[in-house]
Amino acid sequence: MARDQLHQSHFRRRKLKNLWMQFLMTLATVIAIGPLLMVFFHIVALGLPSLNFSFFTELPAPTGEVGGGMGNAILGSLVMIAMASLICIPVGIGAGVFLAEFPRGSIPRTLRLVIDLLASLPSIVVGLYVYAVLVVPMKSFSAWAGTWALGILMVPIVVKTTEEVLRLLPFHYREAGLALGLSRWRVICSIVLRSRRKAILTGIFLALARIAGETAPLLITAFGNRNWPSGLGEPMASLPVQIYNYAISPFEDWHRQAWAGAFTLVSLVFALNLISRALMTSGGTRGGELGG
Amino acid sequence: MNLGVQMGGEELSLEKVSAFFGKKEIVKSVSFDVANREVMALIGPSGCGKSTLLRCINRLHEETPGAWVRGRIQLKNLDIYGPAVDPVEIRSHIGMVFQKPNPFPGFSIFENVVAGLTIRGVRKRSYLADVAERSLRAAALWDEVKDILKAPGLSLSGGQQQRLCIARAIAVNPSLLLMDEPTSALDPISTAKIEELLFDLKKNVTILIVTHNLQQAARISDQVAFMYLGDLVEVGSTAQIFTKPTNVQTENYITGRFG
Ligand SMILES: Nc1ncnc2c1ncn2[C@@H]1O[C@H](COP(=O)(O)OP(=O)(O)OP(=O)(O)O)[C@@H](O)[C@H]1O
Ligand SMILES: [Mg+2]
Repeated sequence: MARDQLHQSHFRRRKLKNLWMQFLMTLATVIAIGPLLMVFFHIVALGLPSLNFSFFTELPAPTGEVGGGMGNAILGSLVMIAMASLICIPVGIGAGVFLAEFPRGSIPRTLRLVIDLLASLPSIVVGLYVYAVLVVPMKSFSAWAGTWALGILMVPIVVKTTEEVLRLLPFHYREAGLALGLSRWRVICSIVLRSRRKAILTGIFLALARIAGETAPLLITAFGNRNWPSGLGEPMASLPVQIYNYAISPFEDWHRQAWAGAFTLVSLVFALNLISRALMTSGGTRGGELGG
Repeated sequence: MNLGVQMGGEELSLEKVSAFFGKKEIVKSVSFDVANREVMALIGPSGCGKSTLLRCINRLHEETPGAWVRGRIQLKNLDIYGPAVDPVEIRSHIGMVFQKPNPFPGFSIFENVVAGLTIRGVRKRSYLADVAERSLRAAALWDEVKDILKAPGLSLSGGQQQRLCIARAIAVNPSLLLMDEPTSALDPISTAKIEELLFDLKKNVTILIVTHNLQQAARISDQVAFMYLGDLVEVGSTAQIFTKPTNVQTENYITGRFG
């Protein structure tokens, strides 16, 4: 009897402790998410009212005039991100495959070290480097320089995510491919890459989301432009740089547009994140972690 | 290379085959023959080198860093470790089914069955559909999946997945099928189904199967080889091995005294 009571009081104490812990965790979550939500609401509240159709289609209005848009900056961002992707995604996936499939030896080890260093470089340093090797010799800011800066930031992310998701595929799938009489090369291309394609895409979208908002390296490479993009050799406007320029200006209307730009940028990054999440969870196979 | 079928001849012949991981000799000078369209069961306690030996036969062993093979393995008339032999090519004549079902992730049932063909560049739709149906029928899976061929291979049950892997292995038309404990991860009903389909399969292919289940070995095999600590202790007809083994170790193992 006494033993039973002891058991019960012990049980109650455990339950209380459990409740208390749950409360603490909820509190921590609120503290962590609260500021994020505040930023988000602020951007929506200030950005959404300033958005209109011409914001996406028009050039910036001349200094001091009301109206105009950031069409050129949005297009410029898209152009530079697309160019960077075109160059860096194949290179990044290639290097990621190499590291995952041929992990032993000194070359992969060195490459991995270089990639890790590259990934940890502050973006302004990357911008500065491109400024020194491209902008200064060419005596001009250019979209090319911006593209390279974004590309250098993108490559290590793509390499690392590709390597990681390929390593998640157990070795026995590769053996199953080899046992079918397929060459190593075909096993990699047609089985390994294919069965992890969604996970690799997820990594790419995350990399895009990461570079879409980069401002510092573009400021000193692509610089900015008040006209429509006309060539990769010219300075080119980009959304983050335009937001920065408008935000530090003294004009009320430009501030409004900066918020509209911020809202657009956040939406874009948000959308990229959503896409990668959707890719990650789609698939619906047993063996869930390999749904990609 | 010429792999013309000779009825009743030797399908596979091992001569003093040793397998190493670095300096460690895991399989020690094993010799035996498997006749055409026969089922040979490879039995022995855990860790005695059964899987390693199996993986020597389709040259998968050498894919592990530091692993190497000594001795001679002949598939029909072909020395598969001969200098002119391409391991990739030889593997397409030897199917393999693993312990754990491993349909390719992200591949549908259909794509899984014909993977060995499509990845090699075979594109003809009608031919692929033909092969898929024939292989799935041979693997006794056709009736269960014929309406869901586009579903992911991994959406099937474990037993169905294993039959899918069998279908995938025989779709490339191998003359020899290596099976490494293909039913050890399955329930009794799935196991029975696979044992049953082996009876049909052996009409066309020679089968070398590793199993821990002695009843299974007795049911399905014509010959049994018993391995212990890397040595081939005894090989003989199934009836002989299970009724009057000549070796004491074999007797102890099959009577359940160890292993
Ligand atoms: N990659 C490896 N490196 C070194 N030793 C290995 C390696 N793989 C296996 N071995 C060793 O080889 C021996 C035989 O392994 P193998 O898998 O062939 O045994 P098995 O007879 O198939 O056993 P089981 O019935 O448990 O599957 C084991 O002692 C194991 O430790
Ligand atoms: Mg084994």
